[in-house]
Amino acid sequence: MHFEKILIANRGEIACRVMQTAKRLGIGTVAVYSDADAGSLHVQMADEAYHIGGSAAKDSYLNFAAVIEAVKKSGAQAVHPGYGFLSENADFVAACEKSGVVFIGPPVSAMQSMGSKSAAKAIMEKAKVPLVPGYHGDNQDAAFLAEEAEKIGYPVLLKASAGGGGKGMRIVEKVEDFNDSLAAAMRESMAGFGDDHMLVEKYLTRPRHVELQVFADSQGNALHLFERDCSVQRRHQKVIEEAPAPGMTHELRRKMGDAAVAAAKAIGYVGAGTVEFLLDEDGSFYFMEMNTRLQVEHPVTEMITGQDLVEWQIKVAAGEELPCGQEDLSINGHSFEARLYAEDPQNDFLPATGLLRHLRPPAESPHVRVETGVLQGDEVSIYYDPMIAKLVVWDVDRDSALRRLRSALADYQVVGMTTNIDFLAAVAGHPAFAAVDLDTRFIDRHKNDLIPESQPASDRTLALACLEVLLQRREEARIVAGRSNDPFSPWNVTSGWRMNDDNHQEITFIDGEDEIEVTAHYRGEGYLIELSGGDMMVRGEKDANGDLLADLGGTRIKATVARHGDDMTIMCQGVSHKLTVYDAAAHAGEDEAPSGSLTAPMPGKVVDVHVKPGDKVSKGDPLLVLEAMKMEHTISAPTDGVIAEINYGAGEQVVDGAELLSLETE
Amino acid sequence: MSVIKTTLNPRSADFKANAEAMEKLIADLREKISEIKLGGGERHRDRHIKRGKLLPRDRIRRLLDQGSPFLELSQLAGYDLYEDDGVVAAGGVITGIGRISGIECMIVANDPTVKGGSYYPITVKKHLRAQEIAEENNLPCVYLVESGGANLPRQEDVFPDKGHFGRIFYNQANMSAKGIPQISVVHGSCTAGGAYVPAMSDESIIVRNQGTIFLGGPPLVKAATGEIVTAEDLGGADIHCRTSGVTDYYAQNDGHALAQARKIVGTLNRVKNPNISMREPVDPLYDLSSINGVIPTDSKKPFDVREIIARVVDGSEFDEFKALYGTTLVCGFAHLYGYPVGIVANNGILFSESAQKGAHFVELCSQRGIPLIFLQNITGFMVGSKYEAGGIAKDGAKMVMAVACAKVPRLTMIVGGSYGAGNYSMCGRGYSPRFLWMWPNARISVMGGEQAAGVMSTITRDVKESKGEEWSAEEEEAYKQPIRDRYEREGHPYYASSRLWDDGIIDPADSRMVLGLGLSASLNAPIEPTPFGIFRM
Repeated sequence: MHFEKILIANRGEIACRVMQTAKRLGIGTVAVYSDADAGSLHVQMADEAYHIGGSAAKDSYLNFAAVIEAVKKSGAQAVHPGYGFLSENADFVAACEKSGVVFIGPPVSAMQSMGSKSAAKAIMEKAKVPLVPGYHGDNQDAAFLAEEAEKIGYPVLLKASAGGGGKGMRIVEKVEDFNDSLAAAMRESMAGFGDDHMLVEKYLTRPRHVELQVFADSQGNALHLFERDCSVQRRHQKVIEEAPAPGMTHELRRKMGDAAVAAAKAIGYVGAGTVEFLLDEDGSFYFMEMNTRLQVEHPVTEMITGQDLVEWQIKVAAGEELPCGQEDLSINGHSFEARLYAEDPQNDFLPATGLLRHLRPPAESPHVRVETGVLQGDEVSIYYDPMIAKLVVWDVDRDSALRRLRSALADYQVVGMTTNIDFLAAVAGHPAFAAVDLDTRFIDRHKNDLIPESQPASDRTLALACLEVLLQRREEARIVAGRSNDPFSPWNVTSGWRMNDDNHQEITFIDGEDEIEVTAHYRGEGYLIELSGGDMMVRGEKDANGDLLADLGGTRIKATVARHGDDMTIMCQGVSHKLTVYDAAAHAGEDEAPSGSLTAPMPGKVVDVHVKPGDKVSKGDPLLVLEAMKMEHTISAPTDGVIAEINYGAGEQVVDGAELLSLETE
Repeated sequence: MSVIKTTLNPRSADFKANAEAMEKLIADLREKISEIKLGGGERHRDRHIKRGKLLPRDRIRRLLDQGSPFLELSQLAGYDLYEDDGVVAAGGVITGIGRISGIECMIVANDPTVKGGSYYPITVKKHLRAQEIAEENNLPCVYLVESGGANLPRQEDVFPDKGHFGRIFYNQANMSAKGIPQISVVHGSCTAGGAYVPAMSDESIIVRNQGTIFLGGPPLVKAATGEIVTAEDLGGADIHCRTSGVTDYYAQNDGHALAQARKIVGTLNRVKNPNISMREPVDPLYDLSSINGVIPTDSKKPFDVREIIARVVDGSEFDEFKALYGTTLVCGFAHLYGYPVGIVANNGILFSESAQKGAHFVELCSQRGIPLIFLQNITGFMVGSKYEAGGIAKDGAKMVMAVACAKVPRLTMIVGGSYGAGNYSMCGRGYSPRFLWMWPNARISVMGGEQAAGVMSTITRDVKESKGEEWSAEEEEAYKQPIRDRYEREGHPYYASSRLWDDGIIDPADSRMVLGLGLSASLNAPIEPTPFGIFRM
């Protein structure tokens, strides 16, 4: 069997990734898209594309009737589900089978075996794959689960049986927190997966997350493509992954590989799968779960093995044997993947949305690979995962690859929303990361190093910002002068000339909470700028790309300044800083925001309102719960006061900045 | 065009001495100006800022386009003028031309830190001069008002005459009639006559809790009627924007008011359309600061005025008219910031030939619509029987006639002496040049101190001798020295500028910029054709 055309039932970078391989193999590509994605890159890349519904995932990418309909219309012989969405939905696989279309993934049975974590563990226990102690049964009574937790011993981990990706998951440190955590985890699980079945497990204190990439064909062959270390996580979301796992011995790799292949075989697995283990400090490892799909982090395995896992998936789905045997595979070099997200590390990684006003990834090369589904001008919306790109690097060894990662992160320019790039760079640059002092709590432990307090703008940043503004003023004046009937008038100059005084002009920047006024003096060749660290002579020009070629006190550097209205992001040598040019005339007389208002930090849905008008509240009291980006955010009282008005009720959708309720302070 | 070749050697001892002397004068000027720019002193400034108000110079900066030049006028007004009243910095009012929303405007800003912004006689004169410039050059006026009104102890020199306080509103009315916009921003009190500045404006803005407008303030009201009322309730922003309609725009603070003023200017629908041929400007060939080495330290030594022209005009290019005739007056065509200009510059005493040549050249420029620049360094017309018999009076009159009648923009810069009838023929203050500036080395008087002392001692000696009295050389010298001293003091540019005989003293290196800004501003008004009077032949 050979596929002429496949449909990719996904969006974003993974849809683009799958299409790349399909195109290389000469297979036609079909995309599906929601309202929000009509102009997305994956739609542009595909040979044909079908609209499958509204922006919310449940109306489109999770609506498998619509997907099957698109398959039929397009005549695709197979469906690649990517990851997330329908990739581990057994009902969808069954629907594919019913429609006579090949699902590029495991058979329903294997998926079902692993779909429920508790069932999966039971199977693994039988197959002698080591398990973390815990309760995986059906009794969901809160008191009973609390008892089980007591038996296992705190800390314990609560996990949604149907879950993944950190949703519906809670660490419980002590018995008093158990009930609240259970309720929250169940609520998230219900919202995310339509099921709130929970399991309880021992929580290892310094484990590493090491996972094995396995592959099996329908002829019964199975092998592994070595391991990936995904220990650097926050809230169970992987941040930076690498392959191979540093410090892995040949012996341990063989043992873990055997266990992983055994796990795959135990469920009659076909296709690409990942067996996740917790690796304890003593070298013992425990089965966590098996993901029956292609993983987000699969590129690092591709980089060190030279294999194309999507190609393998397509071949295996078409009934072919695995392209090679275990002995044909070897590890070459080292690879990292960093996940770039629109999120705010300084604000508890709150997801961010917005327009990608400026997007410039590092240049791709055999060493640097960028997996992305967005282009400059695209929107990162509230509807989907806020991932912007995966940055993948390769080099001959870990240290070299890490250097590549750091420099590629420094070159990555994203403007329009808060991102985790600086945070990723901090992880990649942390000595403990370089020294492989890793476990799944790496980020929590080094939080202060990784998420530093925001720094005030450096003199260099201010000098670059001034130069940008001054060049812009000059250029604008030149254009205005050129259009006028008086193009050569000395009134067109922007030097701030003054009679019997040094010329000067002031530029005011808003830097976070601070207002900084900088005075610049025109000096023929450039400008003398008064900065806190002393005066600096600056000059420069824009190159063809719009980059700023600056000479700052004799040091020549190149910087990129992305502008949006009065906001500017100055990016220079891996340092990115946002400033706002404050035009006093434009803002004068603006009324201050009414005090005591509580606004939505981001778009989302109100899930719970804890108070009613007239309630007395104390500072820090929870007032309202907002669900956004599939996470719950509690809006707490900023001060003591009385609730005056509540503007939204549970279930209502709110936009970014919406005034949720108002608080009167006495 | 031909290029002026400099003969100055910047390494020569003379040049260095000249430059050093000029730099000393400039340093002194800058020091004086920097003090003046502080307004009414630290205590008054602090009190002003504590009230949440912007200082007048900051108001102007906020009002102007970012980076716009500000051609400030008569910074030394009131300098050392009122002996018993200390410093009246900048005459208590800051005036000048700057760009607002791309339009060149005249700005008149009271400085409330200087004597409460009250109008001294010099304040009135400076305000009126700013309005005169605005009217002649068709520049919209923006008044940043915060003034206690007329200075009562000096009311005789402020109130009654033609050129006094009332003329301000007369000018506003007549400029408005000519379509020259009049805009007021009320930052502080406008009491009595002052109330008419916003009331006579086309559009007015008032700042809440700050600006007040009333014909009689609370003390006067209480005295007159017994009514007790606060300034805000009597004439604040709420009253005038909501009830009386005296003002049109309500501002939250100074910054807001200035932003509104910028918007108003942006909606004036004015197009500057200089009816003049222009070309791409080029910088002069010579460093502008080398202009400091031109003027000899000894004022009796001559210098070639072409060295100054070479450091002012585009590319130092100058096409001289009648170069071989009447050589003590240099006339010729050049460009300044791309605008064509005719230059009339002294290179010695005026003779009949030079006066005739000057009259001819001014006629040429007037007919062609070419603006004129006068570079004054003139001791006067040649005297003596030969010259009187040659009709120098009628030849001088020809030049005076031409200069007086010429309707093209005329800009005068006094780079040396400005004495006697030379001042008239070279477009002195009495001839209403659009602008008149002085260099810090300049001197202005009816004649030189030495000549005046000589003339007066000769007359005195004649009187004494006719009475048969003796007058020793020592006595004569004792008589002459105070005259010399007085002429030196009264002929000094600070003295002149303090009394507004000019529009400001400038750094010679700024000559090109200042003339360029002034010339460009003057082109906001159309160039009218010139009808000349009778030239006596």
